[in-house]
Amino acid sequence: MEPAKQYTAKPIYDEAKPITNAGKPKRRKANVRQIKETITGYLFVAPMLIGLTVFFTIPIIATMLLSFTEWSFVSSLDKVKFVAFDNFIKLFKDATFIKSLKNNFFLLLTIPVTAAIALTLAIIINKQVYFKDVFKVVFFIPYISSIVAIAIVYQVLFHPSYGPVNEFLMSIGMENPPKWLADIQFAIVSVFTIQVWASIGFYMIIYIAGLQGIPRDLYEAADMDGASRWQKTRNVTIPMLSATTFFLIVTGIIYTFRTFDLIAVLTAGGPANSTTVIVYYLYESAFINLKTGYASAMSFILLTMVLIITILQWIGQKKWVNY
Amino acid sequence: MNKQLTFSMSKMIITIIMALLGIIFLLPFFWMISTSFKIEADVFTYPIQWVPPTWNVIENYTNVWSGDYPFVLYYWNSIKVTLTTTFTSVIVSALAAYSFARINFKGKSVVFLLVLATFMVPTQAILVPQFVLYRWLGLFDSHVGLILLGSFSVLGTFLLRQFFMGIHNEIIESAKIDGANHLRIFRSMAVPLIRPGIATYAILRFIWTWNDYQYPLIFIRSNEQFTIQLGLRRFADEFGSFYTLIMAGAVSAIVPLLIIFIIGQKSVIEGIAGGSIKG
Repeated sequence: MEPAKQYTAKPIYDEAKPITNAGKPKRRKANVRQIKETITGYLFVAPMLIGLTVFFTIPIIATMLLSFTEWSFVSSLDKVKFVAFDNFIKLFKDATFIKSLKNNFFLLLTIPVTAAIALTLAIIINKQVYFKDVFKVVFFIPYISSIVAIAIVYQVLFHPSYGPVNEFLMSIGMENPPKWLADIQFAIVSVFTIQVWASIGFYMIIYIAGLQGIPRDLYEAADMDGASRWQKTRNVTIPMLSATTFFLIVTGIIYTFRTFDLIAVLTAGGPANSTTVIVYYLYESAFINLKTGYASAMSFILLTMVLIITILQWIGQKKWVNY
Repeated sequence: MNKQLTFSMSKMIITIIMALLGIIFLLPFFWMISTSFKIEADVFTYPIQWVPPTWNVIENYTNVWSGDYPFVLYYWNSIKVTLTTTFTSVIVSALAAYSFARINFKGKSVVFLLVLATFMVPTQAILVPQFVLYRWLGLFDSHVGLILLGSFSVLGTFLLRQFFMGIHNEIIESAKIDGANHLRIFRSMAVPLIRPGIATYAILRFIWTWNDYQYPLIFIRSNEQFTIQLGLRRFADEFGSFYTLIMAGAVSAIVPLLIIFIIGQKSVIEGIAGGSIKG
């Protein structure tokens, strides 16, 4: 850039205003107005900014710094010991951490499963039923219900010996039904099922909104070409919903990494750590085992993963979404 | 076009099938409610008796509400925390959202990006520093602390910003020409104009705060400060085998929300569909 251009460049905010043959006094008046506008703008966002800085931004920085230390928050600050990358090295040798990572990735599979069920329901509810609004409410109820209450109910439903689920399975002839939440293999499957059940409503509402945005003439054109119902779904509906699906995948990934309440109440990570996830193990390390530095290292990894997902989302939005 | 007006047989059949599916989908809730009405001996009879053979409603619910566990207190705590959080969060978010949508201030895009960045952070990743901070500030084990954690919502800011941007430019401009400043425009024009948006966000914030388990678990210690979710958990832990009472507690925790949701059903569903948000 040549210096001359820089010199004459106007501030952006001036360009939107009608350019009069502004003499100096007028220009100053405009500047004063702009300064006032800027001050007002900051005053309006100030409560939010101060709150976010104190309760979120500073803790984010603190967590990153703490991840290189060994400390327990019950002891005083001068007990903080710098240990460089020790926590990270330990983490990748820690079987429970690896297990929690694996479980997180396994739970990511709830996203396509939920999306498929929700899309089917959305297509049916959108066009082919009476009392559409009632159906929306019915499938949405688990999403707004307290996870604590839901988890407590499912604990009883999945009870290995006298829970209704196993009573039912035995009555239809299954001799040794799984022990669900008490079984190392099946506990995570139970979590998976409940997660799908609880999220269907949210996915469905988003899909119904997406369906309503598809222009009708696309279907009319398909009709003229003699397309069957399945062909229309396959070649019109699904591609037209790619932006919606993409949104659901991204929020789904972030949401899955945050699954805490369900695990905390339903299984507390057990049996034998078989249902632990990163955020639960993080909580356990920090607040039960009081290993602050170690837990912070997990936070650091979690933050990095979320950052990567966010960047991929920005890139992906342009590449894969068909509008 | 024979839409809507004509009765379609196939549509009716699909409706009935979907209704059955909907009932199966909600079976855990029916089981919960029905169990909360039963006597303990009938809980696990099989086949499941959906209509209690012996009704025990009043005993179960009085036991929960006026027994050793102060459910009334938990409820009151939850109501207090939830209403205050919703109120402050709506104000803080609306102010910021108006600024981002309607005020042309220097450095707006940078500030907006900073706000956006905190949105992606999983709350669990920063619990430890928040905990240390809370003990320093004396906010630990207090409702004020809980309320503050829920009051700065990036999601709320995004949602309301969308609504503020939807207001026609001329309305704001003509108010400016009349000499109104931003605070005046915000209070007497912009906020009333986006009332549906505010309602949506307020209901969502209410639901999320009422259901929250994680923050109370970490930041509340003493029984007198417990919210309903913590209280329910503690109750379920200690009454391990009194399933009728546990279910009566669970019903008590869910019902107020169901009522709010059913009243504000349209705003919630449209808000979620339109703003595409998730807490």
